[in-house]
Amino acid sequence: MSDSPSESFLPEHPPVTDWVNDFDHTDPTWTEDPFPIWEELRAASPVVHTERFLGCYMPTTYQAVKEIAYDTEHFSSRRVIVRDVRPEITGKAPPITSDPPEHKPAKQLLLPPFTPDEMKKLEPRVRAICNELIDEFIADGRCDAAARYTKHIPVRAIAHMLGIPEQDSDLFIKWIHQILELGIKDDNELMNGVREMTGYFTGHLEQRKLQPGDDLISRLMQAKGRDGEPLADDHVLGSLRLLLIAGIDTTWSAIGSSLWHLARTPADRDRLIAEPALIPTAIEEFLRAYSPVTMAREVIKETTISGCPVKSGNMVLLSFPAANRDPAMFPDADRVVIDRKENRHAAFGLGIHRCVGSNLARMEMTVAVEEWLKRIPDFRLDPAGKVTWSEGTVRGPRQLPVLFGKNA
Amino acid sequence: MSKLKIRVDQDKCQGHARCKSLAPELFELDDFGNAHEVGDGSVPAGLEDKAWLAQTNCPEIAIEVTEE
Repeated sequence: MSDSPSESFLPEHPPVTDWVNDFDHTDPTWTEDPFPIWEELRAASPVVHTERFLGCYMPTTYQAVKEIAYDTEHFSSRRVIVRDVRPEITGKAPPITSDPPEHKPAKQLLLPPFTPDEMKKLEPRVRAICNELIDEFIADGRCDAAARYTKHIPVRAIAHMLGIPEQDSDLFIKWIHQILELGIKDDNELMNGVREMTGYFTGHLEQRKLQPGDDLISRLMQAKGRDGEPLADDHVLGSLRLLLIAGIDTTWSAIGSSLWHLARTPADRDRLIAEPALIPTAIEEFLRAYSPVTMAREVIKETTISGCPVKSGNMVLLSFPAANRDPAMFPDADRVVIDRKENRHAAFGLGIHRCVGSNLARMEMTVAVEEWLKRIPDFRLDPAGKVTWSEGTVRGPRQLPVLFGKNA
Repeated sequence: MSKLKIRVDQDKCQGHARCKSLAPELFELDDFGNAHEVGDGSVPAGLEDKAWLAQTNCPEIAIEVTEE
């Protein structure tokens, strides 16, 4: 395993030629179409390794991913993004970066605002957001559905919940790009994004110290920690950064992938228009086949996973998307079957770190697809345009040019 | 026909809420979004398919279905 690089050394990412021994999830081939790569890796071993990223494993089977997700003793969440550098840990984001015993109380604080019942209250606002967005482009007969629709829905929804202005959306999107995409390779971008976001939320904290509200920021500020005392500002800020980051790129990606699939698959589109009650089942299948989120863990104690030795000091690319394509777990794993009845997918994780926002994500996805299909039932990919995919830890279309209406 | 009974293992449940979505008559969620069986878990006649559907869709395999 290589030594830590000095600050001026930028590790290179030469194109991958040997995926089994040298995988790289930031490689353009992976970004464009990762699914055949995962098949190749899975055929080689339940756990593969690369020297890139200062040493990183990737479990390739559902079973191996599950073993790691359930094992907080050997696999720590103190680092949840695979990067080229591994500096001292400064920015915590409870509970995603928390291990037991800190994890449970930190998570408990965030669960009540995200129950299905709470989401029912938010649903009318999300439906209105979807229609406001569609109103802006429906007459054009063409649009980039990622830039004009999918991008904005989760941003506005989480801003609404947090109690921050929906108009500040462009700022949030910028920071997420810095932290989740540019930040993998450029430490300065990561730090800038985190610093600006922290400054922004600090301002909102100060505002509410003078005048408490009833939004999610206020709820967090009023919450009590394990010791019965109000949470430290650091904890509140870390959780707010998490909610903003986690709530946007992820769901934006999932909605985008769903619309991408429907744009290319008229039969599935027609079926969902004829049977709207099937949409929730289809959403689960889109979550399985196009899972947006890959997590990570740091190996802190040596162990074996599915018979493979795993050494400490390495990261693990915890690929729920790859697990969800495992044919040992899902018959016809590579086919999108919108009425799949048995779908124990792991798109929202497995074990204690199950995504806090899963009910919100499902509601946003369902409403976004429902409203789009109601108003734009007939649409296709623009053959003159190009679909581009995000790089790195969250996968979804970042450009999705479609034709509809007069151009359908 | 034998009667079905369901039980949610509280240690395994992580609040995915698939069961509530697929079989709303049979499961309840608490304030944290975690699930438990309605009443003593007896499955009313006609809801057997939903009980099995919930069981096979729980990512944590937290639902037990037993036949009496």
